[in-house]
Amino acid sequence: MTAGLWTHWVLPGIWITVQLTLYSAALATAVAFAVGTARTHSSRFVRFLAGLYTEIFRGTSALVLMFWLFFVMPSLFGWALVPMWAAVLALGLSYGAYGAEVVRGALNSVAPAQREAGIALNFSPWQRMRLILLPQAVPEMIPPFSNLLIELLKGTALVSLLGVADVSFAAYLVRLATQDSARIYSVTLVIYFVLAFVLARGMRALERRTKVGIGITATPGGAR
Amino acid sequence: MSADISTPEIPDPKATDPAGELIRFDNVTKRFGKNTVLDDLCFSVRPGKHVTLIGPSGSGKTTILRLLMTLVKPDEGVITINGDRLFPADSKHVREVRKNIGMVFQQFNLFPNMNVLRNVTEAPVKVLGLSKDEAEERGRELLDLVGLGDRCGAKPTQLSGGQQQRVAIARALAMRPKILLLDEVTSALDPELVAGVLDVLRDIARTTDITMVCVTHEMNFARDISDDVLMFDAGKVIESGPPEKIFSEPEHERTREFLGAVL
Amino acid sequence: MNNWDWSAVADFMPRFWDGLLLTLQVLVLGSLLSFTLGLVWAIGFRAPTRFVRWPVNVITEFIRNTPLLVQLFFFFFVLPEWGVQFSGLTTGTIAIGLHYSTYTAQVYRAGIDAVPPGQWEAATALSLPAGRTWMAVILPQAIRRIVPALGNYVISMLKDTPLLAGISVLEMLQQSRLESAATFQYTEPLTVVGIAFILIAYPASLLMRALERRLVR
Repeated sequence: MTAGLWTHWVLPGIWITVQLTLYSAALATAVAFAVGTARTHSSRFVRFLAGLYTEIFRGTSALVLMFWLFFVMPSLFGWALVPMWAAVLALGLSYGAYGAEVVRGALNSVAPAQREAGIALNFSPWQRMRLILLPQAVPEMIPPFSNLLIELLKGTALVSLLGVADVSFAAYLVRLATQDSARIYSVTLVIYFVLAFVLARGMRALERRTKVGIGITATPGGAR
Repeated sequence: MSADISTPEIPDPKATDPAGELIRFDNVTKRFGKNTVLDDLCFSVRPGKHVTLIGPSGSGKTTILRLLMTLVKPDEGVITINGDRLFPADSKHVREVRKNIGMVFQQFNLFPNMNVLRNVTEAPVKVLGLSKDEAEERGRELLDLVGLGDRCGAKPTQLSGGQQQRVAIARALAMRPKILLLDEVTSALDPELVAGVLDVLRDIARTTDITMVCVTHEMNFARDISDDVLMFDAGKVIESGPPEKIFSEPEHERTREFLGAVL
Repeated sequence: MNNWDWSAVADFMPRFWDGLLLTLQVLVLGSLLSFTLGLVWAIGFRAPTRFVRWPVNVITEFIRNTPLLVQLFFFFFVLPEWGVQFSGLTTGTIAIGLHYSTYTAQVYRAGIDAVPPGQWEAATALSLPAGRTWMAVILPQAIRRIVPALGNYVISMLKDTPLLAGISVLEMLQQSRLESAATFQYTEPLTVVGIAFILIAYPASLLMRALERRLVR
């Protein structure tokens, strides 16, 4: 592989992949917390809507959703998305649905007595969520979130099918230029593996920090 | 009022004057599934009084505290605090009424994500709107009162059960409740830690005018602090009166059996 | 929804059924491959020598932490360079089966780990041979946890079959793209395919949850 291909395609491709991962993860996190907390809401209707969202987006194939947002939205609703944002939206919405299940599970794992203590001190439902339940639930969420983040990183490769110049797309172009598939695809897989490793390490560190905050020491090998 | 003689009111002529009552249960029934825990219950508590609920486990004592704290809803009947209904239609009003009530739990239920001082100051700041300085000053005073002024920065998990329970008492008092509910507050403690917690509560009972409703198995404590003792059995008050009477010359057969077993 | 054209849906349906059939074919074969290969990895995790355990761990971690799409391209472009000529369908089925075998391996591992150590000791005390220990003692107990978890990965695999469109396998998504290319109707074919996934995946996940409740206690 020549230096030109490396600096023109692969390096910018890695950057695009990293950006896609971060933006989609940010959107997915927002969706996960909004929908996940809504699933513990006292109103049956709110719980139903949140449950509906989760079931629909967990049932959808991320790639089909991505294509749908990119090709169908313009003709159906009259507004077009650039491929990059169609991709972020598709990944954020579907991984947000998986994340919502994590948030719900972690909130349900907080002892019910904590909620009762919050009521006894006359906190509002939103204050109980923000000051008592979420701070205790978040450390529980991090190992499963770490797994989802890796899945999301892998999912960003789908954008190359929309022509977004991420590292997978770069690999495709380099293959066309060099006709050496084995090398470029091996390199690409290693790049993803390294990115996944870095993300997993970062999440481990985050887990330790948040657990110290509630007086628990992280168990070694806690990330599944 | 109910004519049922098995659910008598506290025998005090003033109790029938609604203006003189802080807590009032009118024909309250609570069921869990097929199990009726409170059966058409009527009783009232006047301001500043210390009332102890005794009786075998499963007789509905804790449910009364949980109803007062709005942790569960009654199936039938009306509960009023100072004349205001505790379970009105709109939830904003619930918080208004609930402001008067504090609770200490059997399992302490401190917030593990906050240090000791913040456990005590968080609600005064966020719910009562006190300034942080004001809340911390009062928080330190209360922690001094329960003998833990030097543990402000500790996490709950670093404290013994008795210390945690004393923090929980300070936390409840920080909200300046008119009514303090005590739910078997020493049951989860190692025997040698019980006295410290009860001493704090005796102190509060003696020096403040807070109305206390207390579920306990510590009969000596009940005798010390109570103005009235209510004996529960199967969801009903079967006997009530001042502690001297209940403990020395109980009228009801079930009361005698119960006291014989626990004393 | 003024641009919706039911006749376009009707036109697409023959292709759709073809695509669905191929999707299910990939799913069944890919699942079988992942179940078998995953068991091989899982036994490798417990091999007595680290010269087996270590490479098995590295290989499965690598496959599990890299994108299926890139793996598909790897096999699609690289295998012919090595002189192995497979159809896109075969390549895709192998790649998806291999990818998911690294997940099923974890399922087997967790299921086996959940069997109390006392069971192994009891088998040793009865001096059962290794094969009998596995078949008669360990697997029957592990299977309760394993079956629902495997089912969930089959559903995940279903939702990943559209990736095979990337190597021109005529599954549902690729059929909708061909339809769109021929008729310039994008909306209807893609929407039909999207709804089809939800209609298959949702009841399937309900089934798995019910199974989980019955088997895992």
